[in-house]
Amino acid sequence: MSDSEARNFTYLAYGLIACWVILVAYVLTLTARGRRLTRQLDNVKRMLEDRESK
Amino acid sequence: MGLRDKIMIGLGALAAVLLTRNIWVMLTGLPDEAFQGAIFRIIFFHVPAAFTCFLCFFLALVAGVVYLVRKNLQWDAFAVSVTEVGLAFGAINLISGMIWARIIWGIWWTWDWRLTSMLVCWLLYAGYLVLRRAIEETTERARLGAVMLILNFSVVPFVFFSIKWFRTQHPQPVLFGDGKMDEIYRTMLYGNWVPLLLIAAVLVMLRMRQENQQREIDALRRAAHSF
Repeated sequence: MSDSEARNFTYLAYGLIACWVILVAYVLTLTARGRRLTRQLDNVKRMLEDRESK
Repeated sequence: MGLRDKIMIGLGALAAVLLTRNIWVMLTGLPDEAFQGAIFRIIFFHVPAAFTCFLCFFLALVAGVVYLVRKNLQWDAFAVSVTEVGLAFGAINLISGMIWARIIWGIWWTWDWRLTSMLVCWLLYAGYLVLRRAIEETTERARLGAVMLILNFSVVPFVFFSIKWFRTQHPQPVLFGDGKMDEIYRTMLYGNWVPLLLIAAVLVMLRMRQENQQREIDALRRAAHSF
């Protein structure tokens, strides 16, 4: 394989990796947001239950 | 586990299987393109990512219009979800295009009509998300967001047809009009769009669930303050 062909393959790999990195980064953002929302929802529900019981 | 979770897992698994198969065929079964060599294969992600992005922006436009007509916040949740997912695929399109350009043009970026209009389009839709963060009141946020989505979409046809309307460095269309892409490449390109669409659908469903969760939290907070 010539140098230019090897470079071509290397950049193809970069391209495919970049696609996955962007998707995975977005999924991780969604996961983090989902966890935060679940925690917030639990906190608000607990707060309301406490108020009702008083 | 609810039906929606099962659907999401099923679609995600199907996308994973199709993508694995496609990447395998792409790397081992397809011949190199005569002039570009191996880097040509980036088109199988670059173009379907653009299609997915534009489809998401079109759905956001529809959701914006329907929200303004019906005032149902579910459409607002759908609009923000498809916009966010569209932006992720738009980023894939821009970055993969830059990597391809580095090899074929010898530069990462040029202020060409297609590239610039796509970047402007991406920034406008990112601006929609910024606008949403700046408005506290739910219905006002949904209303102004819907208007912005309708205005933003006017850029999409410009991005799409810019390579037809202007002299650009970007390759001319190979799928429509005078397109001359070989059948095996064309099949792979459309074949790889399917798993990307499935991934987009799963992400939109996930994001919509979060938007509904956020609304539930806001409603409970209002109830807490009214005590």
